[in-house]
Amino acid sequence: MGKRATNLMGWIDARLPVTAKWKLHLSEYYAPKNFNFWYYFGSLAMLVLVNQLITGIFLTMNYKPDALQAFASVEYIMRDVEFGWLIRYMHSTGASMFFVVVYLHMFRGMMYGSYRKPRELLWLIGMMIFFLLMMLAFTGYILPWGQMSFWGAQVILSMVGAIPVIGEPLKDLIMGDYMLSDAALNRFFAYHVVTLPILLITLVVVHVLALHEVGSNNPDGIEIKKNKDPKTGIPVDGIPFHPYYSVKDIVGVIGFLIVFFGIIFFAPEMGGYFLEYNNFIPADSLKTPDHIAPVWYFTPYYSMLRAATVDFLGISAKLWGIILMGGSVAIFCLLPWLDRSPVKSIRYKGPYFKFALTLFVISVFVLGWLGTKTPTPLFTTLAQIFTVVYFAFFLLMPWYSKIDKTKPEPTRVSG
Amino acid sequence: MKKIKYILLALCLLPITAFAAGVEVKLDHAPIKTTDKLSLQRGTQTFVNYCLTCHSADYMRYNRLQDLGLTEKQISENLIFTGQKTGDLMHSAMTKKEAKQWFGVPPPDLSVIARSRGADWLYTYLRQFYRDESTPTGWNNLVFEKTAMPHVLYQLQGEQTLKVEIVDDGHGGKHELKTLEMSKPGTLSKTDYDRQVADLVNYLVYLGEPAASTRVQIGIVVLLFLFFMLGLTYALKHEYWRDIH
Repeated sequence: MGKRATNLMGWIDARLPVTAKWKLHLSEYYAPKNFNFWYYFGSLAMLVLVNQLITGIFLTMNYKPDALQAFASVEYIMRDVEFGWLIRYMHSTGASMFFVVVYLHMFRGMMYGSYRKPRELLWLIGMMIFFLLMMLAFTGYILPWGQMSFWGAQVILSMVGAIPVIGEPLKDLIMGDYMLSDAALNRFFAYHVVTLPILLITLVVVHVLALHEVGSNNPDGIEIKKNKDPKTGIPVDGIPFHPYYSVKDIVGVIGFLIVFFGIIFFAPEMGGYFLEYNNFIPADSLKTPDHIAPVWYFTPYYSMLRAATVDFLGISAKLWGIILMGGSVAIFCLLPWLDRSPVKSIRYKGPYFKFALTLFVISVFVLGWLGTKTPTPLFTTLAQIFTVVYFAFFLLMPWYSKIDKTKPEPTRVSG
Repeated sequence: MKKIKYILLALCLLPITAFAAGVEVKLDHAPIKTTDKLSLQRGTQTFVNYCLTCHSADYMRYNRLQDLGLTEKQISENLIFTGQKTGDLMHSAMTKKEAKQWFGVPPPDLSVIARSRGADWLYTYLRQFYRDESTPTGWNNLVFEKTAMPHVLYQLQGEQTLKVEIVDDGHGGKHELKTLEMSKPGTLSKTDYDRQVADLVNYLVYLGEPAASTRVQIGIVVLLFLFFMLGLTYALKHEYWRDIH
């Protein structure tokens, strides 16, 4: 650095600790050197967030949150706005890819025990980000004001209304009207472009701050901070995030972009999974579609909602469905305290955990698939079975993780 | 452990055995090619002559048809019958109010109809109208029972009538087999009519997303660039990580 530049940095650093923070979070943030493929998804989630923010800003320039104009304004973007189709597809594909990336990021945490002490709070902040993401996806899906936007929102809002005591007034408060209408669309637009993104960005910053406080976990699930070089105080298995992981994550970014733009340019509807065919029909409050299915990332929860078919303990089946659906997401928050295994990583956990995790993944896929189908008695039974499997993974964990035969953890990270 | 793996595999396959037999009309595959500009031009012609009378394509501008190799002059002289300018949206000749009076429901806008219905559905639908005196329009359709739309292209296709046969379904039960028979031939042969409908459906697919062909062209360049970048960034990562063991 030239003398002038050094002076300038010195002047800034005396007023704003840029160099110190750069070191703390990047050039002297020591990450375990054994990150594998699964560790790309954190940085990729950040990339997709930025993509959603930027494309979102451009979309708001032409989108009209008006029940009479919303659908047409989206088509206007697709046809008359210069590269509007690209911006719109980047945003719609980005929404789905956000969930792909976040689901894989969460699965990584489950495999390697990233939720365990001292990362419980980090995990909880992550779960809050996940809740926000679901709300963003829901509010965003309403905006094109197609048939699926409208009727999907009806389903979700009727669930809010079914909450005892506060349900109905809460529903009216969210909608700003007694029915799904222009006023409601305006509110959802405000939530989607102002309220929720601000909360999301804040929580992402908090998530990263919490991560850098406790340090990253790794595929071996051992703490690299326990083994520091006595002279420098740097973990012997740690390497500076920048440049090592910054250059590595760029490879991940390019790999991701190949998939991302592959979808955008060659299959933006993704066979009806990313953009539903029925959502190309303008919203019509008088015509209920034969088959209402949420977008793929909500289908496992939708299956569980529909799996509750009997009133039980004086609670209606509908409310049970909502409890199951909410519980299926909320139960992730308990993971840090449900896992009683002496080791963190799946590499050293025993067969019970591996079996349970595999069953869990299968149940998520089966429930997800069932959520796209029209229910039949057989499908409902299947959904009930796999709902039980889904919850058993969590609720039986204190037991099976404790008696499982684990392998001893190494003292240094392996490859 | 091996046994466990088999159980897991069986669980994965379980839902596949659970397919419910839905009653749906088999759709014919639409023989279309969105790169065939002549077919698209013919489809446009059919579209403005027949469809645009009652339906609209309110999100599409006439001058966008230059995508199909037409000039603005050709468009305004041959394709606009509503007295509009080439920069205008393709509105219907009929108002929504009139349409509702005549058909009971206003005919849907066709701008993105191919994206909600799919090309195969449209191709089958437009070829499976039959005479049915019990409906208000005198027409019915095998794909869309009691459709409010009359058979606009009947002069071209001719008139078909429904033939219902009771046949064995091979499992000891019986089911109805519905087929259509040509009772009064139209001005076009079956092959020519099918081709004209295919051209029209081709146009409807283009209309659903006019940017689709540009999208694919740009996509190829973008992906080639990204694959090149993948090699480059991987080499960079490899170079940096030389000293990490």
